[in-house]
Amino acid sequence: MSVLRPQDQLPGLNAATILLVGKEDALLQPLADSMLKEDCASTLRVHLAHSLPLPSDVNRPRIDLIVFVVNLHSKYSLQNVEESLRHVDATFFLGKVGFLVTGAGRDSHCSVHRNSVLKLAQAYRSPLLFCDLEVEGFRVTMAQRLVRMLQICAGHVPGISALNLLSLMRSSENPCLEDL
Amino acid sequence: MDEIVAEFIKRTILKIPMAEMMTILKAWDFLSESQLQTINFRKRKESLVHDLVMLCEEKHANVNDAALLDIIYTQFHRHQKVWDVFQMTKEPGEDIDLFDMKQFKSSFKRILQRALKNVSVTFRDAEENAVWIRIAWGTQCKKPNQYKPTYVVYYSQTPYAFISSSRLRSSIPLLGQALTVASKHHRIVKMDFRSRYLDSLKAIVFKQYNQTFETHNATTPLQERNLGLDINMDSRIIHENIIEKDRVQRVTQEIFGDYPQPRLEFAQYKLETKFKSDLNRGILAERKEPLRCLVKFSSPNLLEALKSLAPAGIADAPLSPLLTCIPQKRMNYFKIKDK
Repeated sequence: MSVLRPQDQLPGLNAATILLVGKEDALLQPLADSMLKEDCASTLRVHLAHSLPLPSDVNRPRIDLIVFVVNLHSKYSLQNVEESLRHVDATFFLGKVGFLVTGAGRDSHCSVHRNSVLKLAQAYRSPLLFCDLEVEGFRVTMAQRLVRMLQICAGHVPGISALNLLSLMRSSENPCLEDL
Repeated sequence: MDEIVAEFIKRTILKIPMAEMMTILKAWDFLSESQLQTINFRKRKESLVHDLVMLCEEKHANVNDAALLDIIYTQFHRHQKVWDVFQMTKEPGEDIDLFDMKQFKSSFKRILQRALKNVSVTFRDAEENAVWIRIAWGTQCKKPNQYKPTYVVYYSQTPYAFISSSRLRSSIPLLGQALTVASKHHRIVKMDFRSRYLDSLKAIVFKQYNQTFETHNATTPLQERNLGLDINMDSRIIHENIIEKDRVQRVTQEIFGDYPQPRLEFAQYKLETKFKSDLNRGILAERKEPLRCLVKFSSPNLLEALKSLAPAGIADAPLSPLLTCIPQKRMNYFKIKDK
């Protein structure tokens, strides 16, 4: 079982690589497409994976940001993310992991409660983003945001680091339970 | 033509949508072409129906003609009924008799009439050696009720009959008896298999659609499909689990085949199993009685939905055999017990 570490490899020149983890390709693929359409100075690469660990026999660039996609309509999708998280090195959680939750728009279809993802994100001290990926407008906005986050995580934005960003996002958006 | 028949024809024509009116009347073949031409089909439906009933009256339509019209309407709208599948069996030693449609019809009718006295039975031959039978039930002292008929579709020389579900459950045993005797079978059993789509039931029962076996050269189209996908894809998107995806595709294809699935719209599982858990000492673990629950799956096209579960990443491949055995076992109502 290989654990994914952020500092295993040297960064590629001007390259920024994001890893999207989720079972449903139908959600990930359009998001990846929208991200690549964004105007961006860095060379973007999007890796899609159903789950972690990743197959070990391939060469891949350094991964700068991991986004776990949870679909509220399926318990299986949450379970898959929970299991995949065990294969991520702790140093990744210093700002290079995010949770993206989709499907909250159709309440009647939800089989995962929002609180359980909230708790998950808090347990891993990582930002939690909500977006209905099936709606194109929302997806494009989310893609913009992810590209921006990725650039920061890859170190392409002077003056701000992944850790910086993490602390900024935490204070504004999801205060921890103990903070309340 | 008496009033009952006139009313029956009127109600049947009123059911027919305007767009199908001409096709159905032509298929009925009771009114001639020239008679139909005298009628203005652009009028309001009520007056059109009035004209048509007048014409039928001139031609002295009887109950049988009216029932034929009703059968044709039902043939066009077969998905409005829920169809049950019945399977008949012969005694092991019995010879295969020559099947005579005429004899089948007359003995079928005779059995029902002897038992009930008042019953109207109408036959219409359909494609593929099928016969549609419409039965309007009555009793010893009551005229048959034309508005709650039962439809039977029987494919001659096969052990299967499709019967539209109705609330008149009491008539089913008699109907089964008439079918077995007329078709020279021995026993009839209702299968746990029903759907709105008669044609799909038929395809599954007679195994008329591609199931698996023709997959010996299936590897080539699969690879081609993947290549096609790669070309459309941005090279900056990398699928980490491409091997796993191929496996899921292959497994799904092995189970469901290449072709579109027949349409079913529900499957039901009745569980009567004991509660099992790895964690001991649950409240439910000590129950002696089985845990009863009912799981229902419904979808406009259930098999197609099941087929796309694994490729969409919603379930693991291969799916549970309980879900994929529907076409092989020819049932969609299951009862699951311990062992």
